[in-house]
Amino acid sequence: MYRYDEFDQQFVDQRVTQFREQADRRLRGDLTEDEFKPLRLMNGLYLQLHAYMLRVAIPYGTLSSRQLDRLAEISEKYDRNYGHFTTRQNIQYNWIKLEETADLLADLADVEMHAIQTSGNCIRNVTTDHWAGAAADELADPRPVAELIRQWSSLHPEFSFLPRKFKIAVTGAPADRAAVKVHDIGLRMHLSESGERGWEVIAGGGQGRTPMIGVTVREFLPEKELLPYLEAIMRVYNLHGRRDNKYKARIKILVHEIGADTFRDEVEAEYARGSEIDIAVSQRELDRIAAYFAPPQFEELPNWSPRNEEHKATNKEFAKWVRSNVAPHKQDGYAIVNISLKPEGGIPGDATADQMRTVADLGRRFSFDEIRVSHHQNLVLPHVRQEDLFDVWQILSAADLATANVGLASDIIACPGLDYCALATARSIPVAQSLSRRLADVERQQDIGPLRINISGCINACGHHHVGHIGILGLDKKGEEFYQITLGGSSSEDASIGKILGPGFAGEDVPDAIETIINTYVGLRQPDETFLSTLKRIGAQPFKEALYETV
Amino acid sequence: MTTKELGKILTANRLSDGEVVFLTRSAAWSERIDDAVLSIEPQSQAALQEKGELAEAGNLVTGAYLVEAERVNGYVRATHIRERIRTLGPTVRIDLGKQVEGTGGAFAARG
Ligand code: SF4
Repeated sequence: MYRYDEFDQQFVDQRVTQFREQADRRLRGDLTEDEFKPLRLMNGLYLQLHAYMLRVAIPYGTLSSRQLDRLAEISEKYDRNYGHFTTRQNIQYNWIKLEETADLLADLADVEMHAIQTSGNCIRNVTTDHWAGAAADELADPRPVAELIRQWSSLHPEFSFLPRKFKIAVTGAPADRAAVKVHDIGLRMHLSESGERGWEVIAGGGQGRTPMIGVTVREFLPEKELLPYLEAIMRVYNLHGRRDNKYKARIKILVHEIGADTFRDEVEAEYARGSEIDIAVSQRELDRIAAYFAPPQFEELPNWSPRNEEHKATNKEFAKWVRSNVAPHKQDGYAIVNISLKPEGGIPGDATADQMRTVADLGRRFSFDEIRVSHHQNLVLPHVRQEDLFDVWQILSAADLATANVGLASDIIACPGLDYCALATARSIPVAQSLSRRLADVERQQDIGPLRINISGCINACGHHHVGHIGILGLDKKGEEFYQITLGGSSSEDASIGKILGPGFAGEDVPDAIETIINTYVGLRQPDETFLSTLKRIGAQPFKEALYETV
Repeated sequence: MTTKELGKILTANRLSDGEVVFLTRSAAWSERIDDAVLSIEPQSQAALQEKGELAEAGNLVTGAYLVEAERVNGYVRATHIRERIRTLGPTVRIDLGKQVEGTGGAFAARG
């Protein structure tokens, strides 16, 4: 894992001191709210419905056990014994006091963490594949590049006041688990015929009120050119992005308004102009960063564990969990363990302090001290010996963390919605809860196959409803919550934006509606067809007919 | 007999900890919606808004705004679900917030 150097630590510590002074001045009345608000937002502190909310950055979703332990401790010391893992691989605390925030930030800095650039019109926390460094299909670990981008974009003076927030995602695998096509910039690793590493640069994707799929600006950019090229994109955006209307200020609108070709030409022209300062990174520096992400000391093991097979054969629950939650690892004898934070009737992404400690401890004992946060709001133990899977499962089960639904219908993404969020138009968590109860049967879910149900509590789309295979958007209709359903979204390599099916539903009718959609698919699918491929083949009409006739 | 009055109350978040508070008859801030002064006439609502601005300037609270509410048999309830959730706490964590801290008022968030 990356370790802070002197510079990193100094700047994080300085920021804590700065914020402490700013908060004190605000509490004394020396700063007005208008003066203070941008300062607190620069440090991830929002004011939500019930209290202040702090969003803590988890760079590219990677945590050490010590860090996760600290996140648990913080939830006990400053919050109410839990935290909420978000779709940006971050964690949010919901009950924070302004007068205690500086102490909290100091506790974070102590474990090389902070809340900087988790808000505001800057380059936000870089996200990546939660299986990075472990996935069997990966070309290479994308995290060194994610770290490089983190260093470049942290406190970048030129890009601290962009027209709007800016999100970058990176993937090193052909299967896109980082949703790179729906980010402001998405980077996808490719290998040339000679084995040289390069990046496909995708720009102008995004969700929110105007969802768009990004366009490829460069098919193959040699790795060493990455930062200068990103800088060229940022400059074009900074110059031409709209600042007159915040709903039209994201880069996706710029790309859409001037067209992909013109945008590409602008970027290439800017890139050709070059920069006064050469920010291209030397191979030595890249290698230095990459060394932090060197694979752990794996044992030489056969890719088959008799102990694991035996437990699967004798314990049905364990076998179901392995089938849903365990993914193949690039190293023989190892596996990736996905920990669902979506128990039946639970709140998606929430984990108690005790659960965080359990996972931190499992990381320490079974996964080389590494934990990941996925944008699906789950946790991951990236490097577990197949031999140890049963022990891990038993410990997870005892902590109510062994729900066998990863990637299945009840692995629902849901934003905090109106239960917490000041911008919400409707609640999203209760809808997720009732759906997860309705869909709880794991065998049925496994039969249904991979299915992403995503729920947002307003058009800002933090719950990624646009890219849910089934998307649910909560709206306010004359003071009543109602829910719009979309079909056919995807955030993977086949990214697409879901289309609205028809009139919306009251919250209590949503489970029936989703059930009807699922049953329609199951009734009409051909062997081996997924939900999305059936939808592609038959179109939305059969779903519309089933839905609006029966509900 | 049920008595029901419609009007507006002034709410804000306390600066120090973000707690949801309501302006009371004696111009203090209470954590309980039932203590809120309900103003029925537009003129007194404007006065309420002014008090909010003053309180913000005094750095006790932040983000003061008027919300629609009704008083039923002496108890106050916000009209919109968003404000009812602020009054009580998350509907999905009924073990948290005003609803368990004894400051939730007499009404549930739903209904
Ligand atoms: S989608 Fe809307 S309701 Fe949900 S967290 Fe984002 S801003 Fe809040």
